[in-house]
Amino acid sequence: MSLLEVSNISKSFGGIVALNACSISVEQGSITGLIGPNGSGKTTLFNVITGYERTDAGEIRFKGKPITGLPPDKVFRAGIGRTFQLTRIFPRLTVLENMHVAVQRHGTTSLLSRWSSSHEQRRALELLDFVGITQLKDMPAGNLSYGQRKLLEFAFILIAEPQMILLDEPAGGINPAMIERLAGYIRILNSRGLTFLIVEHNMEFVMSLCKHVMVMHRGTKIAEGEPEAVRSNPAVLDAYLGE
Amino acid sequence: MGPVIEGIILGVLTGGVYALMSSGLTLLFGVMDIINIGQGILVILGAYLSYVLEQHLHIDLFPGLLITMPVMFFLGWLISFVFRPIKRDRMMLSVLVTFGIALIIEGVLNLIFTANIVSLQAWYITASIPLPGFSPPFYLPYIYVFGFALAVVLLAGLYILVYRTDFGRSLRASMQNRTAAELVGIDVEAISSITFGIGVALAAAGGMAFGATNGFDANSAYDLISRLLAIIVFGGMGSLSGALIASVSMLVIEDVVAQIWDPHWATLVFFVLLVIILVLRPQGLLGKVEGRKQ
Amino acid sequence: MRIFKVVALLALLAFAIAFPLLFPNGEVTSIAFFTLLFAAMVTAWNVLAGYAGYLSLGHIVFFGIGAYALALICKHWNVPAGYRIFLLVPVSGLIAALIAIPTGWVALRVRRHAFIVITIAIFFIGQLLAENMTGVTNGTTGLDLPFPGSWGGQFFNIPFYYAILILLLIAIAVSWWVRHSKYGLGLLAIRDDEDRALGLGVKTEISKLSAFVIAALIIGMAGAIWAYFIGAVYPASAFDPTFDITMALMGFLGGIGTIAGPILGALLLEPFHQYLAADYPDLYLVLYGALLVLVLLLLPRGILPTLQDYWRKYQAQRRRIRIDNDVVISSLPEQDEPAKIKTEGINL
Repeated sequence: MSLLEVSNISKSFGGIVALNACSISVEQGSITGLIGPNGSGKTTLFNVITGYERTDAGEIRFKGKPITGLPPDKVFRAGIGRTFQLTRIFPRLTVLENMHVAVQRHGTTSLLSRWSSSHEQRRALELLDFVGITQLKDMPAGNLSYGQRKLLEFAFILIAEPQMILLDEPAGGINPAMIERLAGYIRILNSRGLTFLIVEHNMEFVMSLCKHVMVMHRGTKIAEGEPEAVRSNPAVLDAYLGE
Repeated sequence: MGPVIEGIILGVLTGGVYALMSSGLTLLFGVMDIINIGQGILVILGAYLSYVLEQHLHIDLFPGLLITMPVMFFLGWLISFVFRPIKRDRMMLSVLVTFGIALIIEGVLNLIFTANIVSLQAWYITASIPLPGFSPPFYLPYIYVFGFALAVVLLAGLYILVYRTDFGRSLRASMQNRTAAELVGIDVEAISSITFGIGVALAAAGGMAFGATNGFDANSAYDLISRLLAIIVFGGMGSLSGALIASVSMLVIEDVVAQIWDPHWATLVFFVLLVIILVLRPQGLLGKVEGRKQ
Repeated sequence: MRIFKVVALLALLAFAIAFPLLFPNGEVTSIAFFTLLFAAMVTAWNVLAGYAGYLSLGHIVFFGIGAYALALICKHWNVPAGYRIFLLVPVSGLIAALIAIPTGWVALRVRRHAFIVITIAIFFIGQLLAENMTGVTNGTTGLDLPFPGSWGGQFFNIPFYYAILILLLIAIAVSWWVRHSKYGLGLLAIRDDEDRALGLGVKTEISKLSAFVIAALIIGMAGAIWAYFIGAVYPASAFDPTFDITMALMGFLGGIGTIAGPILGALLLEPFHQYLAADYPDLYLVLYGALLVLVLLLLPRGILPTLQDYWRKYQAQRRRIRIDNDVVISSLPEQDEPAKIKTEGINL
């Protein structure tokens, strides 16, 4: 069953075509990889899906319902979480406070109450423990190292219990041990039903983690399939080497 | 029809002078991310300098610019150093820092000149040309034309500097992407300081023209800066052409309204235009759309 | 530690309540009035500027609106001088708040830097309207407020002092509540990274607008109390641009984004302002401007946050000495990824 369906999305910036009638679909419960040379439109696609950019044409459906053109907060509340290439956390808030920003509450009582009930505190601490940074909980997030920030960003998206997470180059800029660690978290969460769509340049990471891989080039999908098949696809090799 | 044409003519002529004063302001924002609230009082300072030269040394206003503009350039260049140590939150702090500097200058001017309204004197301020085809006759003081000519010359010079010289290219690069410019060897700090100097020198010229057409004292700076800010937001912060178009169009509309309705409400219309543009197009006429940061 | 804090705060409160009785001198209570006035305004202003990071340099427009609102109500309903006028203060504040809604909506259409400029423009629009709507506001002639002649001599300042003290306490309560609520967390997130906050479900538009309006409400009420105290409103006095900059300076000096910072800033600056401004207005401007520049360059985060930083560094130093063999994690920022990697046995 397709959790996310992107149909014929086009997006141009001035004269530059970033997305050209791009269509992809992500199976529920999968860990899907999205690769392609620089400039192929992967991040733009992420931005369009999550509402940070508007599409010029095309449609996006999540769980069958259209989400095209929704602003970022509505996309998030629909159940899609997203990380950024250069981690975006809230530097002046503590790690624990960072966790609570994304906590969802319903109704007007939400605004008037304290920012963390005991139940939410527990959940936040659980997640911090999961990624192993509990001891940093009172530290201003701006003081965290790059790797720790990645973990924090990962954790605070989870707190809202999304159904799907878009990871933008999760393995970028961190050491192999940390990469393994992240891969481990992804596998565990996936086994509990979370769907992942991962943009990555680190081929090993993609190959070992993803059952299904899509390749983008010049704003559109040029190949997809199992990692091994994609790796040896001549069109894909062309795209990477030809430029 | 007569009053409307009068309003348009006046608006264009004074708009040119406002363009002169606001171009420095918008350039500074573009290259240094600084909102110079002190631009108003610096214009007044320029006016006072012209006043002193004219009153005590009997140097005519226009030749006097040869002295006031370099002096003010140097002042602006000096002031820019205050901002060098500020790395983060430059924009927010700059507003308050420039306001502080403005207060200092205002206090000093008040101490020296007291709160008496002064205005600049010259033959071309009182003498005027009768324009044909108007009844009642429309006498246009020469100063408006000379002031406009001055603005045109200086703005043309600025245009050449920004778009046709190496310095200008480095300047535009710094405006578009500071970090990238630094990486290719452009001394962004030095460019910023020079730009600050240019902006203040232009303010001096504008000050002379302003002081020749309006009575002023240090308190006039508040009204002036609020107009200049409205102009650059209307035109799009950081856009030179935007400042130019905004200056002329806003002044024309204001002067036409003053002619056919009421001068008091005309000033209000000026600001209402700002509100309208914000509702319809928040980035200003020629400003860049604030895309969501990804 | 906590008990100590509570006791200290209660003592401070008791002192504030007893102040006019301890120092009944009219000049002193007058300075105290203005100090508390600014403390209340800056505290409210801080909700928008400090928490959400949107620096408004025009909120005094609501001060003026509140002032004129009270003057007009008293004039048109022939309200007699006395304590009852204080009941109209919240009404004036509400009027300011209602006007703040569309105003804020327009102003917040732009991001932070243009926002600062817009607020300045809005302020001047307000002043111009007060000057030009002579039918309503009497233009530059101004409006008078009822004068409570029965409050003679030294007693005169006292009701105003307590009125503004109550407003200050309300402002502090609001600031405290916002800071510790989910709503306030959203504002702080907006300050750090607005788009990221939006992407995490924070309703940024409503949050910013409500902060804008809350500040306007309290500042409007301050304006009303001030108008009654002074006895008359004029466009130039009710819409005084230096008030805006004074608020900003106090906020930055004390520590923007904290609860007590604005109050500290007001306590430090306002007596200085009142004392100098009357007799040496020009010298005051020069000194004031110089002080502003110095504070911003040397103490950009303000006194309280800087002190908090020193305290935290001191504590970190002490802790570093105690942790020596804790291999798993260290809480020092410069430490790298932990040596142990756990990926089994995790509960979600």
